[in-house]
Amino acid sequence: MSIENIQNSFMNGPDEAGHFGLYGGRYVAETLMPLIMDVEKAYKQARDDDDFWAEFHELARDYIGRPSPLYLAKATTAHLGGAEIWFKRDELNHTGAHKINHCLGQILLARRMGKTRIIAETGAGQHGVATATVCALFKLPCTIFMGATDIERQAPNVFRMKLLGAEVRPVTSGAGTLKDAMNEAMRDWVANVRDTYYLIGTVAGPHPFPMMVRDFQSVIGKETKEQMAERSGALPDHLVACIGGGSNAMGLFHPFLNDADVRMHGVEAGGHGVDTDQHAASLNGGAPGVLHGMRSYFLQDADGQIQEAHSISAGLDYPGIGPEHAWLFDQKRVNYVSVTDDEAMEAFQLLAKLEGILPALEPAHAFAYVMKLAPTLPKTERIVMNLCGRGDKDIFTIAEKLGVHM
Amino acid sequence: MSRLQTTFQSLQRKNRSALITYIAAGDPDQAVSQDILNGLADAGADIIELGMPFTDPMADGPTIQAATQRALAGGMTMTNTLEMVRNFRVQNNETPIVLMGYFNPVYRYGCEDFIRDARDAGVDGLIIVDLPPEEDAELAVHAKAADIDMIRLVTPVTEDDRLATVIENASGFLYYVSITGVTGTASADTQAVSAHIRHIKTKTDLPIAVGFGIKTPEDAAAFKDAADAIVVGSALVSEIEDHAHGAKPRIYEKVGALRGAL
Repeated sequence: MSIENIQNSFMNGPDEAGHFGLYGGRYVAETLMPLIMDVEKAYKQARDDDDFWAEFHELARDYIGRPSPLYLAKATTAHLGGAEIWFKRDELNHTGAHKINHCLGQILLARRMGKTRIIAETGAGQHGVATATVCALFKLPCTIFMGATDIERQAPNVFRMKLLGAEVRPVTSGAGTLKDAMNEAMRDWVANVRDTYYLIGTVAGPHPFPMMVRDFQSVIGKETKEQMAERSGALPDHLVACIGGGSNAMGLFHPFLNDADVRMHGVEAGGHGVDTDQHAASLNGGAPGVLHGMRSYFLQDADGQIQEAHSISAGLDYPGIGPEHAWLFDQKRVNYVSVTDDEAMEAFQLLAKLEGILPALEPAHAFAYVMKLAPTLPKTERIVMNLCGRGDKDIFTIAEKLGVHM
Repeated sequence: MSRLQTTFQSLQRKNRSALITYIAAGDPDQAVSQDILNGLADAGADIIELGMPFTDPMADGPTIQAATQRALAGGMTMTNTLEMVRNFRVQNNETPIVLMGYFNPVYRYGCEDFIRDARDAGVDGLIIVDLPPEEDAELAVHAKAADIDMIRLVTPVTEDDRLATVIENASGFLYYVSITGVTGTASADTQAVSAHIRHIKTKTDLPIAVGFGIKTPEDAAAFKDAADAIVVGSALVSEIEDHAHGAKPRIYEKVGALRGAL
């Protein structure tokens, strides 16, 4: 096979049944199958409809504030002393993270489908806030499922959701984190299958969600490609993004998958270390399995029981990963690495001091890897890192970690 | 003829619906669970559904979630679940056992290995809740070769075009999920469900079991004309939740009452 053919295959997924190689698919209870097939049909129609995209792009521009800037971080570049560092500033979006991109796309779809109620799961609360935001905009009632543990460590976002009119339903099963919130959201969906749209918060779940969320998030990568061409006349050499479920990474990576010279690095949450049992690195520390409607990589024991993830970042604290990442991992198209809680904390503080930007703990993981990668590269190379969320929501977690009493 | 076929034919001759009882394997621990399992047929169960515990039971309500989590906390594994079936078969070679659960533990065990060990243990059928027809080939191919039935689910939202997909390659019986919801929560709309079951019977000769939300002998009796089998789970499991080691006589009493209503 020629290199070109191999390259072409990277952007063709998923197949008709929603598979990326071995991964993806639709592993859901029969009650959900008709509805999920309706979602797929509705999305296929929307995807081919110029009016749908016209509405999406108008609101992306005027409501979200897109395109987000591509920022050459000179102080960081000088400090790390290697490749040029550029930040894709998705933390400047309305609501402070990239999650709003796929919320906008999905709420427009839910409206086309005539759904009258929205549910969503959230970990860090960013997806919950973004969902509550678009529901307020379009006057749809919304219920957000959030693990009890996460409610505690992300109090500002819980209050934000409530101010926006959402009902926040605490989930106490399991460890009370993102996985459990997703279980509970799926249970609610089964019970309210006729009128409810499940606005999934990452490139995970049953087909067509991984594809659909990726398509909406691809605005990040498309803008990056144009902005980089305009500013430097070239492609970036490296892309770096953090990965929980993988939505911001998929959005940045996807438009570049066929550009063989662009190297990509997905940064998983290493928690206390991938060699411990306290991490959230599904690819580097998990195995193929089936959960939440998809086949992908999951943290699990030898008996197929799903294990609790651990990360200081609530948004990365998930024992699985989107199926397209699982496939790209097997294909070795993307280099998947992990950084620990401590490295992310250090990165958070450095970025605050160097650039005056408080990153969310999620992209602080990406930045921790940039700190390792940049010094190894020549000054002529360019790294683009997705700064996918701002850190205001994390200041309490960070204060606690630093032993500061607020 | 399989145990499931024999059971359904014999009950059809008596013009009676089958009682299918669910307990989670290893709840609250393996020894107590085995003890309850061994006496279920004598108490009145025609078919036994044995839950394979999983950390993330997305189709189950609070009662069965708690049951499977108790079992896991007690150290239950897939191997132990099959061992329970093997032990049951020592004293009962007639009552069909259907394993119910989620795909990941089966997938992790290995589909081919799992089917081989399940057949050797004396398992008759499988209900894998999160494995729709579109995705089940890798398990179904081995199950078919081992004469283990792949029992598929139909629901109040299963329209005719979907029904055709579900029925194709289904065997054993069809499991009608009587509510759009998780186990043990809402009550079914008896009339609508009975009408839908009668309609499905014009499309297939497979027996139809109805479950989810059936708790009392009255609930069960309401379906006995339309359905070939009635599944009761949460109402039995809740006895273990409330009485742990003292649950056995209470469960058998409920099973007897349910059986009496059919």
